[in-house]
Amino acid sequence: MSSQPVPGPVGRPRGRRLPAIFRHQGWQGLLFIAPAVILLGTLVAYPLVWTIVYSFGDTNSRLDIVSWVGFDNFERLFTRDRVFLDREDFPPEGALVNNLKWAFLYTTISLGLGLLIAVLATRVRYESIIKAIVFVPMAIAATAVAIIWKFVYEPDPDIGVANAVLTNFFNVDPIVFLGRADTVNYAIIFAYVWASTGFAMVVLSAALKGIPEEIIEAAKTDGANEWAIFRRIQFPLLSLPMAVVTVWLTINVIKLFDVIYVLTGGGPGNASEVIATQMFAELFANGEGGYAAAIAVVMLVLVLPLMIWNISRFRSERVVT
Amino acid sequence: MTVAAETPRQPAATVSQRIVRFIARTPVHIALLVIAVIWLVPTVGLAITSFRPRDKIQATGWWTTFNDFAFTLHNYDLVLDNAGMGSSFVNSVIITVPSTILPLTIGAAAAYAFSWISFPFRDTIFLIIVALMVVPIQMALVPLLRLFRDLGVSDWYVGIWLAHTAFGLPLAVFLLRNFFITLPRDLIEAARVDGASNLRIFLRVVLPLSVPALASYGIFQFLWVWNDLIMALVFISDSDLFPMTKRIVETQGTFGAEYHLLASGAFLLMVVPLIVFFALQRYFVQGLLAGSVK
Repeated sequence: MSSQPVPGPVGRPRGRRLPAIFRHQGWQGLLFIAPAVILLGTLVAYPLVWTIVYSFGDTNSRLDIVSWVGFDNFERLFTRDRVFLDREDFPPEGALVNNLKWAFLYTTISLGLGLLIAVLATRVRYESIIKAIVFVPMAIAATAVAIIWKFVYEPDPDIGVANAVLTNFFNVDPIVFLGRADTVNYAIIFAYVWASTGFAMVVLSAALKGIPEEIIEAAKTDGANEWAIFRRIQFPLLSLPMAVVTVWLTINVIKLFDVIYVLTGGGPGNASEVIATQMFAELFANGEGGYAAAIAVVMLVLVLPLMIWNISRFRSERVVT
Repeated sequence: MTVAAETPRQPAATVSQRIVRFIARTPVHIALLVIAVIWLVPTVGLAITSFRPRDKIQATGWWTTFNDFAFTLHNYDLVLDNAGMGSSFVNSVIITVPSTILPLTIGAAAAYAFSWISFPFRDTIFLIIVALMVVPIQMALVPLLRLFRDLGVSDWYVGIWLAHTAFGLPLAVFLLRNFFITLPRDLIEAARVDGASNLRIFLRVVLPLSVPALASYGIFQFLWVWNDLIMALVFISDSDLFPMTKRIVETQGTFGAEYHLLASGAFLLMVVPLIVFFALQRYFVQGLLAGSVK
């Protein structure tokens, strides 16, 4: 091994024949990041800016901007588009309201069930089997999740298992879960909770195992029962992982598309429409590039606070400089 | 704390104590059993259905199969051939492999620079890339459609490869950089002192030591692309190039709720991810957890 000290941070010993530009570390760094930066610049950042520009215009079917309309697309979205936000009745309805419903129900149920399963599973010997069963749907494509649950929800009790259970065990008439405006959202939310609970469970289970055994033992010696241990020790120590899971689930809600597109296409009527499915319809069914871009901008604005939260968390954990 | 006098729980020693503890845990067992049933029944039901003849599917529930046994592979025959899932399987592979390898290699190179080379604005650029991690794909759809059309790449796979690569990159850079900086500084410095170039250090020192992180990201991105629907809907218009996700949606649109086709199609789509899950469970879980910041 050469123990000759090399001056400066330059890796290469002097004397090798290389253009000066390559001898400087900084330029090498830029070379290493260049492919990533070029791709991200042209395919993410540049389109992102253009989408904002588009949102202030109207396009033809070839996606050329034909006129500038200022904030009209946004005004239409929030005041005149009953698919997006219907304020005629109370409570309000529409895609945006559906996303809010999702953000509340899907997030709390997935988190709650994930926590429940994580806590219960530690008490039994078949913990790993239960966890695998609940986690497997994470591997399944949302398209397949949609097919699986479309089949579960089939109205005919000789085909769909949900209605078979209802009619045989509860003597209830079959429910057309996906065909009724008042049930469709809850039915899809339940299907997607089924698909995502495994994620919450795995994160929270790992966090539970990370709590030092001595703390639990000390509490037991002091006479704390299991509920007290959960309520006073485990639950408070899980607050950060629970926040992380909540943010992830909420980002999921804002981007929600596949499962609704395949299960109902936003129907019946527009009852199960969400922001992303409406954006897709405006772009491809209605050919309204500018209006679709405005919906995308709304999605970005909704994601922004979560993005900031994520980055500030990474920074506080010193994951990011 | 509430109860002061309760004796601390001891490990059950005798058989009778074990039985007592098992019974005390009965509510827990029941709750977990219900959960296991709810989580298994939907998938198992579709799996069984995919092997039942069409007339049986339409007449009786899949749960009656146990009394009235009928089993066929005809559905898979139909869906692979007539419905085009066979060629779509190949298309899914063609889309997924480059869309995984490209962000992995490009992201690893960038991550190396962000961890072990100092250059101006390094941390600012890294932070911007991290911020791009949660940008919804919808934010780029309209301009990308135009861009790919103008470049003339909308008729083949190039567009979807590029889009998946670009949207997969921020996570690759983030994850791999966080792994690379945990490598021992002495090792990198020693290689530098020995006169190794950055490229050599990257290829010979950093990459071989980072296989777990590379595998985790690789699996996450592979599954992400394999299971993706929206990019395929937007960027693949030629029906001969459809991946499986888009083919199933098209089958549903053409034939409606024909479960002999949909069930077998959905199972073909799930096969590869399930194999990955059972074969590489550790990396799979790590990959999905790591990907969860996306």
